[in-house]
Amino acid sequence: MSVDVEAMPPAHAAEPPEPPEGSGPVAGRRPWARVTVRYVVLIVLAAIVLFPIYITVVNSLLKPVDIISRPIKWFPTAPQWGNYADAWSNGHFSRYLINSAIVAAGITLGQTVSAVLAAYAFAFLEFPLRRTLFVVFLTTLMIPGEVTFFTNVNTVRSLGWYDSYAALIVPFLATGFGAFLLRQSFMTVPNDLREAAALDGYGHMRFLARIVVPISRPAIGAMGLFAFLGAWNQYLWPLVVTKSDRLRTVQIGLRALRGTQIDQISVTYAGTVLAFLPIAIILVVFSKQLVRGLTAGAVKG
Amino acid sequence: MGRVAFTHVSKRFGDTVAVDDLTLQIADAEFFVLLGPSGCGKSTALRMVAGLEDPSDGLIEIGDRVVNRIEPKDRDVAMVFQSYALYPHLTVRRNIEFPLRTRDVDRKTRKELVGKAADALGLGTLLDRKPAQLSGGQRQRVALARAIVRRPAVFLMDEPLSNLDAQLRVQTRSELVSLQRDLETTVLYVTHDQVEAMTMGHRIAVMSNGVLQQVGVPQEVYDKPASRFVAQFIGTPPMNVFRVENRTDLVGVRPEDLTIDPDGPWPATVFLVESLGHERHVHCHTPSGDDVVVRQAGMTVSPEAGAEVHLNAAAGAVHHFDAETGLRNDGA
Repeated sequence: MSVDVEAMPPAHAAEPPEPPEGSGPVAGRRPWARVTVRYVVLIVLAAIVLFPIYITVVNSLLKPVDIISRPIKWFPTAPQWGNYADAWSNGHFSRYLINSAIVAAGITLGQTVSAVLAAYAFAFLEFPLRRTLFVVFLTTLMIPGEVTFFTNVNTVRSLGWYDSYAALIVPFLATGFGAFLLRQSFMTVPNDLREAAALDGYGHMRFLARIVVPISRPAIGAMGLFAFLGAWNQYLWPLVVTKSDRLRTVQIGLRALRGTQIDQISVTYAGTVLAFLPIAIILVVFSKQLVRGLTAGAVKG
Repeated sequence: MGRVAFTHVSKRFGDTVAVDDLTLQIADAEFFVLLGPSGCGKSTALRMVAGLEDPSDGLIEIGDRVVNRIEPKDRDVAMVFQSYALYPHLTVRRNIEFPLRTRDVDRKTRKELVGKAADALGLGTLLDRKPAQLSGGQRQRVALARAIVRRPAVFLMDEPLSNLDAQLRVQTRSELVSLQRDLETTVLYVTHDQVEAMTMGHRIAVMSNGVLQQVGVPQEVYDKPASRFVAQFIGTPPMNVFRVENRTDLVGVRPEDLTIDPDGPWPATVFLVESLGHERHVHCHTPSGDDVVVRQAGMTVSPEAGAEVHLNAAAGAVHHFDAETGLRNDGA
């Protein structure tokens, strides 16, 4: 998976800026001093993390000439919203964003379903060579993507999937990582629950869907999040297996924007903001869900 | 209708025989305890009734049906697990309701039955909590409520009290007994705790190494143990079993039946006297090298450690066991 540097900052941005709530005057000899120090540290760290994002947002609202002018403009006094309109329509960002959403959603859904099923088999079912097969699964994690890259390209081509959504999505529908992560989580579900459910007539599928998945929601959420981020930030693979503009994803679109609109640097910045905005939103939504999932009931005390 | 029968039931896991040729009848509405040390096969026997394990040989009947080939959910049994096995993501209400939902009981009936079960176990105010928000004792009650909600023919309980602290265990013990009396349902109860077995069971079955040792009402098992194993498994401190001169079999006497008596037939040397306040335990070596314990009431004057004494017991309190097989030997 390729990691686009510009798309990454929001991954951190969602977390640090919020000072932890309820951490007010805690027990200690000089509570106020401690709290003050803690907040100063947090504010400094947040500033470091947020600075590049802030600059990107500011620049996306400036005229190109203002971006290179000195002194640096720290605030867009006359925001150029037109930059976003340019990126959206002239830069085809509406198309790219839709493509990225389709691809990332498809991959996330596929990986989640396949990982849940595989993890369940490894955690709950008895079958010959279970251990061996699991090790084989794990070894796929240790092979770098570059090794299989060209083989995969050839496979996709020979299947006639070149330049299609299938080429963008299908190769990523299953991962050893997801199965591994979820197996670890599923193994914490006590076998007594499986048996209790069996006594009430639950087979494997219903047990999985109604008991294991709800209990393991935090792990599945985390796994899905990783899948989505990975898919959204892909660069090299979609570049190689597609050629038509209607299939381009947002990361490639962003690069293309840079290539074609040198004189419109602020439009590139606007495109960057558009590219990371969806992930920022998803992270914020998911982090709440993850925290809620983690605090909801353990099995027994 | 809540009768349970094992007929020549065996269960093997690979080379290990967990249950060996078990034949046992449990009457309707009986509180029946399977007692034994861990690994004796009692849990496996219970799990075969539940349908969680398939017997390797033999027949298992519930009511008047052979259930070997019947799915767990259609056996009309409910099980209480040692860990309680509550679904952590469901509220107490949904946990109790679970067996009803999977059997497509309609909403109105469900509500009514859950209410009844919750009332019977004093869970009325906890219905909207999650298991994590409950104490151990409350979780245990939820597990019981989930078992009784459907009014099954047989309750299967696998060490349901062992995760409770000592005080709560005693209290819950008597509550379980009265619950069973009210419901008039067969209970098959597995435990390694002989006190639970003695106090709760109408009848108890003692198992060891997969083999049934003895079945009977608690007092009978206590008074006439069928083997050395049963004699020493039931009772605290356990029955003294020792060799005496001129006999090839073993003599067994319960500590409370053994007395220190200058005219007694068995010489012994005292090596430790423990005082428990209300009673004393006098530990002795016998000449044959066995250790025995004499249990004395608090007021009795005890010998000092090192004293040479003689031990005695009333004729009716002396048991004999075969030295080889460990089986009771009443002919001697």
